[in-house]
Amino acid sequence: MNLIRLISLGYFDRQLLENVAEDVSACFTLKTETIVHFHDLEPYYDSNRRQYDANRLLAYIEAEFRQEHQKTIGLVSVDLFIPILTYIFGQAYLNGYAAIASFYRLQNELYGLKQNNLLLKDRLVKEINHELGHCFGLIHCYDPLCVMRSSTYVEDIDQKSKYFCTKCQSHL
Amino acid sequence: MPEKISLLIVDDEASVRDSLENWFREDGYAVRCVENAKTALQLLEEENFDIIITDIKMPGMDGLEMLKRVKSLMPEAIVIVMTAFATVDTAVQALKDGAFDYVTKPFDPDDLSHLIRNASRQITLKAENIRLREQVINLENVEDIIGDSDPMRDLLKEVQRVAQSNATVILTGESGTGKELIARAIHANSSRRFFPMISVHCGALSESLLESELFGHEKGAFTGAVYNRKGRFEMADSGTIFLDEIATISPKMQIELLRVLETKSFMRVGGNKLITSDFRVICATNRDLKQMVDAGTFREDLYYRLNVVNIRIPALRERTSDIPLLVNYFIQKFCTSMSKSPVTIEKAALERLQEYDFPGNVRELENMIERAIVIGNGKEIKVRDLPLSKSSNMTTVESLDELEKKHIVFMLDKYEWNISRTARALGIDRVTLYNKMRRYDIEKPE
Repeated sequence: MNLIRLISLGYFDRQLLENVAEDVSACFTLKTETIVHFHDLEPYYDSNRRQYDANRLLAYIEAEFRQEHQKTIGLVSVDLFIPILTYIFGQAYLNGYAAIASFYRLQNELYGLKQNNLLLKDRLVKEINHELGHCFGLIHCYDPLCVMRSSTYVEDIDQKSKYFCTKCQSHL
Repeated sequence: MPEKISLLIVDDEASVRDSLENWFREDGYAVRCVENAKTALQLLEEENFDIIITDIKMPGMDGLEMLKRVKSLMPEAIVIVMTAFATVDTAVQALKDGAFDYVTKPFDPDDLSHLIRNASRQITLKAENIRLREQVINLENVEDIIGDSDPMRDLLKEVQRVAQSNATVILTGESGTGKELIARAIHANSSRRFFPMISVHCGALSESLLESELFGHEKGAFTGAVYNRKGRFEMADSGTIFLDEIATISPKMQIELLRVLETKSFMRVGGNKLITSDFRVICATNRDLKQMVDAGTFREDLYYRLNVVNIRIPALRERTSDIPLLVNYFIQKFCTSMSKSPVTIEKAALERLQEYDFPGNVRELENMIERAIVIGNGKEIKVRDLPLSKSSNMTTVESLDELEKKHIVFMLDKYEWNISRTARALGIDRVTLYNKMRRYDIEKPE
């Protein structure tokens, strides 16, 4: 039986963690488990980029939490990068066990808009589902409403739904 | 993505390779990573990649040197050069050496997606372009000329031989034999096939119009010349110009044409700039040009200039064995274009077609079949559906009896062997018709 684990790393709002876990469970129809992991993120900070290295964080999650029949996603509130990209919302090992997602760039405040916690939760659920989808072997989808559609801006995330299209769903 | 596009990533930094690999795998691409240019070049000798993404600064051979080598091996390869230390010089150098794009690390996620999407689109368009070119070539291929008779086989062999050369060709043959089709086949099988074939029907244009049509004109050259216009010779640059009904051009145009054929340069009407164009000339006529030369109506020098290769296209009556093939071809063609289910042709009708002398050649046969499909019963083409009565071949009839027998059979066919209607049409009674049928041994076919 598959289990999805949502692990908060560093500072992360507990209530937000619980709320997204509930939605993710409904979308995958799988049990979810939440873990608050007090792990210091300082070693992953790149002072040149003033961002956190997602590759190394992802490797840490994989090494620390990898278990058969379980998919683990680390959730952070900090800005993530990978060497070739200016920023990322999240990333995952395709067909792997681990993923990571950040809500830093999903917040309205970052774009000079009014804080909206409901929208933030909605965006984070989509991002988590998307990255977990990769863990389950799904690649980007061209269906505009499918959660596996590639999104490089928050506007892209807002346009898609949190659910998988029929084709992607059938591969889960 | 219709087909999985393959990517080769060349970068000495493992973190960059891993990030790119991960990113592109999520997008559904097939990704391979190597850490230096040497390994990449070795891999490229064994395997093809649609897109190559390379870093510039690498130990050993750098990305720009690798780009040059890749381009010399595979000029069509799409190479994207990336660097963390961008300078205008390296960017210019990379693009000069044929890089598809030059990007600085780190990139915006959206830029990276766009970059690869554009490269993928180029690959798809290139593949589509090749496929469409093949389709166009196939459309006008020698194989599409219908005919299996000896005269046609000889003709096709000649077409294929002539197509390889750059020689001027005169196509002679009766009207409707397919001179333009043969011209297209020569063009489609020549090295000029990727350039246009421009057709000019000389007989349809007056002298001044033909001059403007062939050479083009400058704005204000004559009343109505409101803009500059390219001539057909200019349009046919690198391709072929087909001059149909060449025998109809005026003596003045003959001189002009001779000059253009000799120099391959001309001036537009009303212009003063010499234009050069590289074209091959194929012309066609249904008249005997040699006879016209003897009669003084066609310039001898032009005749010899044009008459490098002379191909005679046989009349349909010289290749009656091709008629069934042509009939089937036209039936298929018209049934498809009219969205009708395929029809057949009755044996008697086909025999009548093979007896007919077709003064209008293949064009006449084509029109006959089209008409028969339109007016026919939608299942089978019968003799009565074919307009053969006026010129059916009676020349082989030797006696009045034979003529009477043939006419009776023809009328019986026309009225579906209905004795009363046939007798009425012949102006005789039924008994007389029966007697004549018995006398001439006429029986209804099975």
